[in-house]
Amino acid sequence: MKYTQGSYIITEKMAIARNIYSFTISCPEVAEAAVPGQFVHIRAKGFTLRRPISICGIDKEKGTLRIVFEIRGQGTEEIAKLNKGDLIDMLAPLGHGFTVKHGAEKVILIGGGIGTPPMLPLAKIYGEKAAVISGFRNSSAAILQDDFKAAGAEVILCTDDGSAGIHGFVTQPLKELAEKGGISAVYACGPMPMLKGVAAICKENGIFCEISLEERMACGIGACLGCACRTKRNDEEYFAHVCKDGPVFNAEEVLW
Amino acid sequence: MADLSVNVCGIDFKNPIIPASGVFGYGREYEELFPLNKLGGIATKGTTLHLRTGNLAPRIAETPSGMLNSVGLQNPGIDHFIDTELPNLLTKDLVILANIAGATPEECAEVAAKLDATDVHMIELNISCPNVKQGGAAFGTSCDMAAEVTRKVREATKKPLVVKLSPNVTSITDIAKSVEAAGADAVSLINTLLGMRIDINTGRPILRNNVGGMSGPAVFPIAVRMVWQVANAVNIPVIGMGGVSSGRDAIELMMAGASAVQVGAAIFTDPYAPVKIIDEMNEFLDSKGIKSVKDIIGTVKPW
Repeated sequence: MKYTQGSYIITEKMAIARNIYSFTISCPEVAEAAVPGQFVHIRAKGFTLRRPISICGIDKEKGTLRIVFEIRGQGTEEIAKLNKGDLIDMLAPLGHGFTVKHGAEKVILIGGGIGTPPMLPLAKIYGEKAAVISGFRNSSAAILQDDFKAAGAEVILCTDDGSAGIHGFVTQPLKELAEKGGISAVYACGPMPMLKGVAAICKENGIFCEISLEERMACGIGACLGCACRTKRNDEEYFAHVCKDGPVFNAEEVLW
Repeated sequence: MADLSVNVCGIDFKNPIIPASGVFGYGREYEELFPLNKLGGIATKGTTLHLRTGNLAPRIAETPSGMLNSVGLQNPGIDHFIDTELPNLLTKDLVILANIAGATPEECAEVAAKLDATDVHMIELNISCPNVKQGGAAFGTSCDMAAEVTRKVREATKKPLVVKLSPNVTSITDIAKSVEAAGADAVSLINTLLGMRIDINTGRPILRNNVGGMSGPAVFPIAVRMVWQVANAVNIPVIGMGGVSSGRDAIELMMAGASAVQVGAAIFTDPYAPVKIIDEMNEFLDSKGIKSVKDIIGTVKPW
């Protein structure tokens, strides 16, 4: 099975920050197939289009997935109304995930705001070999810091207003670590300007870098060609699709 | 178990349900979810003579009970379709409607000529794409242009020719009559309605193309009306589409005059929609004691 569609039970729901929810979903066949960096496509009652949400946790033993999402509009608001015990309709797992480097000595995971959740499955794989740099508007918007610590990762928090951690953007500590050397890979998800900055630092320092993109999406599986993203392949411009070719791309492929 | 088979332009369909062009690619992505042979047919992604990259993103926006798209006919070109996608589709038991488009009547004819040498069952000529600057809707909004492109494609192929019509016109019946006179074997309608949404926080249109084609349940009553009007105006079969999301909708469109039904945006909401619609049609016919779906085509009794 590559992906499937079904209704699954929400076994846990938590509000973890303002307008940000965490669902744990019992879906053994999806959890079995899922890899870090993939997403689930969730039906929102009363809406035509599903909403793509990145996977924040994969527990193959328990057969569960965890998703963490923010209410961004009416569709995600409807999904947030679901409760523990309710069924959630998902088409999943979808997309092309992160490349895990098994011999890696040190990797850096970078999350900007609601781009942080897809970094957690990588933190669980890399453990203490990972440094997680995450950036948020302020201290109350910061999420998943304890989860990253529990995974054994080094945690570097940045806030735009300086209310917690480093006062500034994630690119600042990334630059320092990158220049020290010894980094096998950088993985990032967040706003486009942040990803662009991350990609530039990695390119300068010759570090393998994968980024996860987001785009307005319809089918979620590569049929409708709605979620186009400008990339280059064999030195030619190519309109890739975030749902199938991504959401994870090698940063050097993306035309910014 | 009612008989769901229909015949359009001499081609037998095991049931009247066809995923509409553009939502279903060339079928591969949905094969992961169900066997394609459950479908009556497939209208493949609109394909042009050469590869097209399509429009910049965002290409998709949600609307009340519907959506907008401005993909802009991204496709790998007709040779790639014939060499790489068609052989896979030909192994499936379903009718293949190869949807084609072009910037000029000559380009459309050249694409059709290439398909004429293949085993596709029908050609669906798109004269109504709202998302491309040349050709596309420009052909579909004037009777003369619609007739000219139909005539050129007609000369290039002996395959049954379905012409897909735009609803963004003053009189869709006049366009339908023009393409019928120019040699179309059937018409399909409605393509999407031109729409627009603006993000009021940024003052920018949501779609990078500013405008796009609207589809989904919101357009269904317009589809019913136009299918009914066109079915009464021409003597060739009508393939209906536009906002169909249930078996009841498909039955309604057939009562309005459609000989077969395409399903589009509903597939995004529920990827199994075409299969469920087939089951629901069967249940409805059984519950009414109607033996064949053919018996409901065009049976609406207008006041």
